[in-house]
Amino acid sequence: MYWWAALFLAALAAPAAVYPVFLMNVLCFALFASAFNLLIGYVGLLSFGHAMFFGFAAYVTGHMVKVWGWDPLLGVLAGTAVAAILGLVSGTIAIRRQGIYFAMVTLALSQMVYFFCLQAKFTGGEDGIQAIPRRPLAGILDIGNDFVLYYVVLLIFVVAFLTIYRTIHSPFGQVLKAIRENEPRAISLGYAVDRFKLIAFTLSAALAGLAGATKAIVFQLASLTDVSWQMSGEVVLMTLVGGMGTVFGPVVGAAIIVTMQNYLAGFGEWVLVIQGTIFVITVLLFRRGIVGELLGLTAQSHRARPAHEPAAATQSKAPAE
Amino acid sequence: MFTLIGVPPQALFGQLLLGLINGAFYALLSLGLAVIFGLMNVINFTHGAQYMMGAFCAWMLLTYFGVPYWGALLIVPILIGTFGVIIERLFISRLYHLDHLYGLLLTFGLALIIEGLFRRQFGSSGLPYANPIPGGTNLGFMFLPWYRGWVVAFSLAVCIATWFMIEKTQLGSYLRAATERPDLVQAFGINVPRMITLTYGFGVGLAALAGVLAAPIYSVNPVMGANLIIVVFAVVVIGGMGSILGSIITGFGLGVIEGLTKVFYPEASNTVIFIIMAIVLMLRPQGLFGTPK
Repeated sequence: MYWWAALFLAALAAPAAVYPVFLMNVLCFALFASAFNLLIGYVGLLSFGHAMFFGFAAYVTGHMVKVWGWDPLLGVLAGTAVAAILGLVSGTIAIRRQGIYFAMVTLALSQMVYFFCLQAKFTGGEDGIQAIPRRPLAGILDIGNDFVLYYVVLLIFVVAFLTIYRTIHSPFGQVLKAIRENEPRAISLGYAVDRFKLIAFTLSAALAGLAGATKAIVFQLASLTDVSWQMSGEVVLMTLVGGMGTVFGPVVGAAIIVTMQNYLAGFGEWVLVIQGTIFVITVLLFRRGIVGELLGLTAQSHRARPAHEPAAATQSKAPAE
Repeated sequence: MFTLIGVPPQALFGQLLLGLINGAFYALLSLGLAVIFGLMNVINFTHGAQYMMGAFCAWMLLTYFGVPYWGALLIVPILIGTFGVIIERLFISRLYHLDHLYGLLLTFGLALIIEGLFRRQFGSSGLPYANPIPGGTNLGFMFLPWYRGWVVAFSLAVCIATWFMIEKTQLGSYLRAATERPDLVQAFGINVPRMITLTYGFGVGLAALAGVLAAPIYSVNPVMGANLIIVVFAVVVIGGMGSILGSIITGFGLGVIEGLTKVFYPEASNTVIFIIMAIVLMLRPQGLFGTPK
């Protein structure tokens, strides 16, 4: 627990040293990656379409705050709710298949949402929704000030992160892990596997939507980039680099990738090459991610026995669909 | 000017032909994906990038070395197929003992690298490739450009040849046997790892061939594969990867449906395949030609 307290204090003090908008960007992506990790790390489902929740929630929030003049708080909540509904619908379709097919189906569904956003009137097409106003939150809190907004975003992140942590460590989370390890056995034990998957998918979608909605308020922008397949790939990369199936992995991964993008912004197309290279190196050399490898090292030195392989790897013996 | 079901026949048949051409690319690409997946259980995310490489390779051969289209049609699949073999040996073969998802992540990373390098070199705007068979004929109800007719006929021939090779020859029987029980086939003295490598090369070669065919129709550009491959994934999910003939039929069929949608309800033409995918998943999750596990 000392760890957690130290991290929290560091997060409280961080804006004194680092540009708050950058920190908020990291927090939004950390939340997005943690939401994604809930699926791949604890249910063993690789969604390649999480950008649809992230980006679509951003559009909904942007539209409600800018055009309808809603309070940002209500706007963010509405974006999250719409993402949850979208998650429920797309989840119902996607969980009909497992493994690689699940990844392809989610990718295809998110591409459908992308084309919808490209053509729909309210999204502003190629321009996106720009200059979303930062009205006082709940009518009183001046979020036009970056420092004030930072603490709001931090609060959102902490609440969502604890929700994920609580979910993973609940009896519900144990069933999810059982499904990840051996789905046929979970079925034979009488668990309604599909319902568990659907609930996890919807929760993950809602939290990804919360991240996207928050990002729309922070950057005052909702654009096609946020719903594109590249964004889905980025969140996979963050989680993979940090460590799939670890609580802090996605946060570390998001911090690394966002920092990297900040420094490499001037290099244009090389960013794509570098991201791809990191993908390849991570998959070939350290599949457990940074946090996963560190946990493995400490576990080894404590108990002198090999640590667990990360989530997805344990399924390698399961028959292909 | 008479009309057919409320639209002029020129537009209808024109879109139908365009649909058939798209369908030909869907069929060629999903066929390659299915062959690779069947043997290796790897979904080849690099497929779109390899298709794009095929188109660029044809363009470079023409621009830098003066190799005409017909030469490229033969050389490019071999070149890019060899590239695929190297990729398989260097990277993908290290992941067979792991969960298939890692194969997907690896090939996704490779696709990003390839796409980034090509964008870096050639920019995002398209490069033109001259039509090797200009002109066409008027069929009375529509104008048929020779090249487009050639693409449809040639892709169909390649698809059927692939089907024949896999279903009717001895080599194909080894391949099918290795798909079912690689360990047993290896025990009979067949070099399964080499077969896997060559199969990957073959699938990649098919993608490159589709790229060469596409070069004179679409402009050659670095993102041409990325957008196409997502649609092809949906096609694969609809058809199910169990059957070669199924991939071919689904590919052409969905191309035609997409073309018809462009005529009757253009707003949905980008999404119609994804909608069909969602419907198929609800009614028949294993795909139209897939077998339930």
